[in-house]
Amino acid sequence: MNRGKSIAIPLILLVLIIVPLFLPTYSLNLLTLILIFGIFAASLDLLVGYTGLYSLGHAAFWGTGAYLIGILSTRGLITNFLPLFLLAILAVAIVATIFGALATKVTGIYFLMITFCFNQVLFVIAWKWRAVTRGDDGIPGIVRPDLGISLNLGDELNFYYFCLLFFLASAWTMVRITESPFCKALVGIRDSESRMQTLGFPTRMFKLLCFVVSGLFAGVAGILSAYYNGFVSPLDLSLVLSGEGLIMNIIGGVGTLWGPIVGAAVITLLKHLVSGYTVHWPLIVGGIFILVVMFARGGIAGALKERWKR
Amino acid sequence: MLIQILNGLSFGFLLFLLGSGLSLMFGLMGIVNLSHGSYFMLGAYFGLSVSKWTGSFWLGAALGGVITGVVGGLTERFLLRYVHLRHLDQVLLTFGFVYIFMDLSKWFWGGDPLSLSKPALLNGSIDIFGDSFPVYRLAIIIIGFLIAVLLWLFQEKTLIGAIVRAGVDDRQMVTGLGININLISTGVFALGAFMAGFGGVVGGPILGAYQGMDLEVLILALVVVVVGGLGSLKGALLGSLLIGMLDNFGKALFPDFAMVTIFLAMAVILLLKPSGLLGKPS
Repeated sequence: MNRGKSIAIPLILLVLIIVPLFLPTYSLNLLTLILIFGIFAASLDLLVGYTGLYSLGHAAFWGTGAYLIGILSTRGLITNFLPLFLLAILAVAIVATIFGALATKVTGIYFLMITFCFNQVLFVIAWKWRAVTRGDDGIPGIVRPDLGISLNLGDELNFYYFCLLFFLASAWTMVRITESPFCKALVGIRDSESRMQTLGFPTRMFKLLCFVVSGLFAGVAGILSAYYNGFVSPLDLSLVLSGEGLIMNIIGGVGTLWGPIVGAAVITLLKHLVSGYTVHWPLIVGGIFILVVMFARGGIAGALKERWKR
Repeated sequence: MLIQILNGLSFGFLLFLLGSGLSLMFGLMGIVNLSHGSYFMLGAYFGLSVSKWTGSFWLGAALGGVITGVVGGLTERFLLRYVHLRHLDQVLLTFGFVYIFMDLSKWFWGGDPLSLSKPALLNGSIDIFGDSFPVYRLAIIIIGFLIAVLLWLFQEKTLIGAIVRAGVDDRQMVTGLGININLISTGVFALGAFMAGFGGVVGGPILGAYQGMDLEVLILALVVVVVGGLGSLKGALLGSLLIGMLDNFGKALFPDFAMVTIFLAMAVILLLKPSGLLGKPS
């Protein structure tokens, strides 16, 4: 299995770096979108798979990141990417800390509901605070980042590599996190929080930390999506988006990091493929989701792991 | 002022139709039915169609409720119970249905908002202490109150109601006593779905039927049930009337951020007393 990993990873890297050079723009953009959703889904997995906290409010962080970019970059005050990025991430960190401090007081169903609730608060604010967010009109005209060097990120290929950089950095960091003693403690909390507390672990602090870290990466994804679309709207804070994140996680297989990334790829590809033939994408994704929850709860990763065991 | 209170009450009773089902479902089966808002929406759409075909609003309301109830009952019987899932997985299952119902309703009724017309009998407004108030809203208060009373009688005075109460307290014990709690569960689910659907039709003349209604209403239902207490009928009544008032006065005082007030109420309750005002601490 480990030998398989050491072949698979360089191979995937090679594919991600070389293949896009030959892809038509539509497929290239799809791949970029997959990378962005990959970051989003994987970040949620830290919360869902490793800590056992099912959140229906992850879009809150994606949306905060996206809106900060939208609001700040279209005012013309800041044009350089680095300060924009840092400010957006700071906003996400603040939101994640506040929400996390409150949400980690509960678990299970209540956690699901409170994250849903917090997500909706932001959604309503984005919808109503027209002065800042332009409500349901959204904020258009977000130009690709200005890195201060002569690289035009308006070119889709360039922008793909830009996102790939973020994807690789995020993925690498998240993998390192999952290999850390911190994450082992999170898994312990998932399996039995009371036991971890008896062992003297500050479980609430750990859960909060996980919540914030997970939110930060989701914020990165949101920031990239704002640049990808050139546009941000309340949809970036919607329950549908949060739900999609959860669906990607479950279809891909929680608790593995790569599972949700695969899930993100599957859902994104399916969505665009299916949308070419029918508008009934929600019906299909809902149906698949139900089937997976009922019959293949471990998702793709779970199914593959079963096969590899033999 | 009185008008505002009555407005809040009428919305509150509408929320009660929604929240009571959700609360009972959670109390008895431990499932938070995330498709409950979808049931409300489906009821509104079905009621709209039936009342258009038959010309009778009340038939629309009854059938809208019944169809939704059947959908709910079938879902519980064949899906939620068929696979022995953890509670969380069952909740995820209901979430999957949100997508399905969202799509199906758009498929059959289109994406444009539709409106239901009030039954002719309840059109117009009456004079209350000098202010005029819509008769229909008064009717909602009366209907809601009657249903609340009926539900209370059912829960407190009938055998099945006693079984439901016992099931909420200790499901395994009830099974141990040889009572088919599974059948009762399906029934409760169907009843909850019926009330949501019925509520959707009754609320139709005021709220209409539109895409996105399912999630908007779900949020309110969740807030009601969390505030009032999961599993408690009295709690659902208290919660729904409270939220109805809060929403109404919130809209009057802070029109843009009324929703935020409601969510804050929910967050406060979740953090101070997660089991709700009248719920049992778990």
